[in-house]
Amino acid sequence: MSDQANEIREIIFDTLRAALPQDRPLSDNTHIIEDLGLDSVAVMDFVMEIEDKLDISVPLDKIAEVETLGDLIATVQRLKQAA
Amino acid sequence: MAVLDKYAALAQQYAGLEAAGANPFNVPFERVLSPTAAIIGGRETLLLGTNNYLGLTYDPAVIAAANAATQAAGTGTTGSRIANGSYGSHQQLEAALADFYGRKQGMVFSTGYQANLGIISALAGKGDHLLLDADSHASIYDGSRLGYAQVTRFRHNSPDDLANRLRRLAGEPGEKVIIVEGIYSMLGDTAPLAEFAAVKREYGGCLVVDEAHSLGVLGATGRGLAEQAGVEADVDFIVGTFSKSLGGVGGFAVTDMPGAEILRVVSRPYMFTASLPPGVIAATEAALHQLRARPELRQRLNENALRLYRGLAGLGFELGPEPSPVVSAIMPSPEAAFGFWAALLKAGLYTNVSLPPATPKGLALLRSSVSAAHSPEQIDQAIGLFAQVGERLGLLGAPAFAAAK
Repeated sequence: MSDQANEIREIIFDTLRAALPQDRPLSDNTHIIEDLGLDSVAVMDFVMEIEDKLDISVPLDKIAEVETLGDLIATVQRLKQAA
Repeated sequence: MAVLDKYAALAQQYAGLEAAGANPFNVPFERVLSPTAAIIGGRETLLLGTNNYLGLTYDPAVIAAANAATQAAGTGTTGSRIANGSYGSHQQLEAALADFYGRKQGMVFSTGYQANLGIISALAGKGDHLLLDADSHASIYDGSRLGYAQVTRFRHNSPDDLANRLRRLAGEPGEKVIIVEGIYSMLGDTAPLAEFAAVKREYGGCLVVDEAHSLGVLGATGRGLAEQAGVEADVDFIVGTFSKSLGGVGGFAVTDMPGAEILRVVSRPYMFTASLPPGVIAATEAALHQLRARPELRQRLNENALRLYRGLAGLGFELGPEPSPVVSAIMPSPEAAFGFWAALLKAGLYTNVSLPPATPKGLALLRSSVSAAHSPEQIDQAIGLFAQVGERLGLLGAPAFAAAK
């Protein structure tokens, strides 16, 4: 696993921990909607925080494809590399 | 059946509301009496949630125009604008809208929803970039999916976040289309449009403003937020609806953009649906005339809005950030919103419940909208019912303040 992926994972997990009402175990396999109980708007709002921290824009169709935190890390990493 | 299984959890909640006899999403008005009253559940009810901002639904001139046009031209066009559904009256209404806004071209759609679908999908196609305010109406989100553009949302009412996103797109191929609303329908707040216009001037792009809830409400002549903010020259397209301040149904867009006529043969939501019936077109043109000729309606509307906003704030309710004809009280939970709504209805007051994901930040809202047709006494009556029910349910935010009142 690259340093960049680790760094992105850390940012995503930290942001989520700050946003979630209670502590939940987070891993690459965590299902964002089913396991974390976020609705579609909450997911988009949470992604905004990530966008700010990494200075990227994540298009909505990319967010729609994301199911797990691992998917999100991979998507964000691709966008960060392309930026 | 299996195709509906994905809705199982929602269906259970919906059935629960039906079983409780209090489902805000399925309330028939048995008989409508006026812009502010209807028979609901067998009793006369004060209407405080109909978006009938100027109260023109029963205006005699508007009704007479609808009747005359129906008599003369029939009940429907039975066709789309690009086939047999363009009448002289459709073109006349488009010219009247263009004249009102001081723009070169007007375009009429069959609903406000379709106006957003039709304009957004035609302006932002494959390879283009669409930037939406995060709190945009569902029609804007749906329109963004119809056009295959790359879509990102910026923080609600944040020109800085819009600037960030345009900066990230600098040098990327494709047009940039920016969408904001005049008044946001859930909390009644307005966009910082002068600041958005400045961002657009700095970075470039096409600015679209949806004035659905601000037409006839804001601006020196009622043209909306762009007029009030003094930035109409920076707004490339204004989109709006006939179904609120104009008391009918339908949508429109106006623009000065050269070549915009082409939209009539590329905008699918414009092309592939039946055009509005002659009666609706005539009523809308008559209502637009009333809107222009009677600025006192707008004044009365805004006085009523302020009266309700101050009254509910005085009771301690947490409201949207600024007074507007949309006055939403933030409830602690969806259950509280349902309970409050049902109790108000039982007491003779009709309002709306708005829930996430339609609302921002997961808020449960008890939403009201006022009309120029409300009397100050009716607004006070509504405030009184909020006080009564709120006290009974323990939902008054600041009971000490309310008691002192």
